[in-house]
Amino acid sequence: MTGVAVHLKGLRRTFGSVHALDDLDLSIAPGEFIALLGPSGCGKTTALRVLAGLEDADSGQVLVDGQDITPLPANKRDMGMVFQAYSLFPHLSVVDNVRFGLKLRGRVKAASRAGDMLDLVGLGTHADRFPHQLSGGQQQRVALARALAIEPRVLLLDEPLSALDAKVRVQLRDEIRRIQTEVGTTTLFVTHDQEEALAVADRVGVMRAGRLEQLAPPAEIYQAPASAFVAEFVGLSNRLPGTVTGDEIEVLGTRLPLIAPSGSKDATALVRPESVTVEPDPDGPGRVVTSSFLGPISKVTVMVGDVLVVAQVASDRLPTLPAGAPVKVTLQPSPVALA
Amino acid sequence: MAGVIARRARKQRIFRWAVLVVLGVFFLLPLAAMVEFSTRDSRTWPLLADWPELSATYPDLADGILASLLQAALTAVLMLVLLVPTAVWVRLRLPRVRRLVEFLCLLPLTIPAIVLVVGLAPVYAWVNYFLGGSSVTLVFAYTVLVLPYAYRAIDAGLSAIDVKTLAEAARSMGSGWATVMGKVVLPNIRSAVLSAAFLTVALVLGEYTIASLLNRTNLQVAIAFLGKSSATMSVAVSLTALLLAFVLLLLLSLVGERKRKAASPAVSSTVTKESAA
Repeated sequence: MTGVAVHLKGLRRTFGSVHALDDLDLSIAPGEFIALLGPSGCGKTTALRVLAGLEDADSGQVLVDGQDITPLPANKRDMGMVFQAYSLFPHLSVVDNVRFGLKLRGRVKAASRAGDMLDLVGLGTHADRFPHQLSGGQQQRVALARALAIEPRVLLLDEPLSALDAKVRVQLRDEIRRIQTEVGTTTLFVTHDQEEALAVADRVGVMRAGRLEQLAPPAEIYQAPASAFVAEFVGLSNRLPGTVTGDEIEVLGTRLPLIAPSGSKDATALVRPESVTVEPDPDGPGRVVTSSFLGPISKVTVMVGDVLVVAQVASDRLPTLPAGAPVKVTLQPSPVALA
Repeated sequence: MAGVIARRARKQRIFRWAVLVVLGVFFLLPLAAMVEFSTRDSRTWPLLADWPELSATYPDLADGILASLLQAALTAVLMLVLLVPTAVWVRLRLPRVRRLVEFLCLLPLTIPAIVLVVGLAPVYAWVNYFLGGSSVTLVFAYTVLVLPYAYRAIDAGLSAIDVKTLAEAARSMGSGWATVMGKVVLPNIRSAVLSAAFLTVALVLGEYTIASLLNRTNLQVAIAFLGKSSATMSVAVSLTALLLAFVLLLLLSLVGERKRKAASPAVSSTVTKESAA
């Protein structure tokens, strides 16, 4: 199975007065795994549904492998889709669910292909069960097997993990990535969970108000956000006031390089909590306000003057930073965006 | 304390039984009276079981039975053909008009049959003109009449499944709309469709007003006529029709029960842990 290129060109879609898609352009390379990330209502699901043919665009084009499929109905587009809601057919067994699309295509080896797909998602022994006999995670795996069984040109994942609990989400997320790498199908994954998007995708597209704010590899999205919106949406950011000098901004006594130059002198820098270092210091200007244990890392909130700074620290350092403790706050000179 | 609880439980038990007995008598006494009355003439029941003889002796009754059975079957078919795709389409594409469709479907329940007939009479003048005066034409009126019950049953069935997601999943796998309806939606609302069909049959078998006022024949009209010449046979046929309706409703309840058991926690308990996978 090899991937195909997908191009969304100038897609527009409005619902009443809301512009769900506002001249959206997106190109996906063959076999690439793209995650669309954004807040609720930003248009990411609409983009995926337009690609699937489940929603019509007001204008624009959908090209798959160079072919304009905009006028084709959903059942002629040859795409596999996994939905946010459990979508297995309740009256069919697991194997019959996977066979469903194959039978429609008249595949003679539907049974063995369905078995192979179930093995791929680790549910080969559950073939005769019915959807109500499976857990949520298992149902989504079967849905993935069903979507892949038909050897779709494009795999579409519409928040398939959002109904699952945290541990299963991580397991299935990694599994989706493994399987996608194995089969090489071009994949569009829609999620509002930044960690999910950053963890699995080759490139992440951050959407806002129907447009792509930035489309870049996960590390670039995180380390070099193209806009304040991306910086704030992806990862937690401190909003710290500072003074701009050339292509740098001075914040809490540290000069930080700017991702993009600013015209104004006074600005607010968006600083990642992991770029903030907190050290116990009896003469330090800061006071610990709260400290929260989050597993291997913890979050410490410090008041420096009238500025609240959030820092990430290793959890083993947490006992040295009780509430009220005087601390010194320093910032790592990594590039920052301005709000 | 234990004594007080036991006394209260006993009182509640007695009350429950008392209600059951009173209601049982209320419902069963007329039926018992019908059995008693219809067996006064020993030839009644054997004749009812002998269709050729019954047709020869009471041709109007035989016509009425056949007409009602045909009306019931055709009404059920027409109702399902109209209502199921409409209800599914409204859920998939026109969710905003769902309340309006529900209101329209429930209207016949609020309009007395006699008023309905007044409205239907001029319509049936045209039906007579185009299709003749056959009793089968009552199917159109009956389809309207059964809408409230059938709509409720089908809507409940559709509410139990995520029609939109299932339909979209099937579409994305290459299904046309006919396949979506036939292989995905209908199998999942089978018990709702059966309920709607049973209710339709029960309602049509018991309908009198519209048939009588529009001068058509059906079972109830035939029974009313028969009552003037053979009271025992009239009551025996009424009792049979009533029992048939009971059996249909019992079947409906059994179908619902079987579905509930299929989705019961006993089955769900076989869900394996995620880690086991």
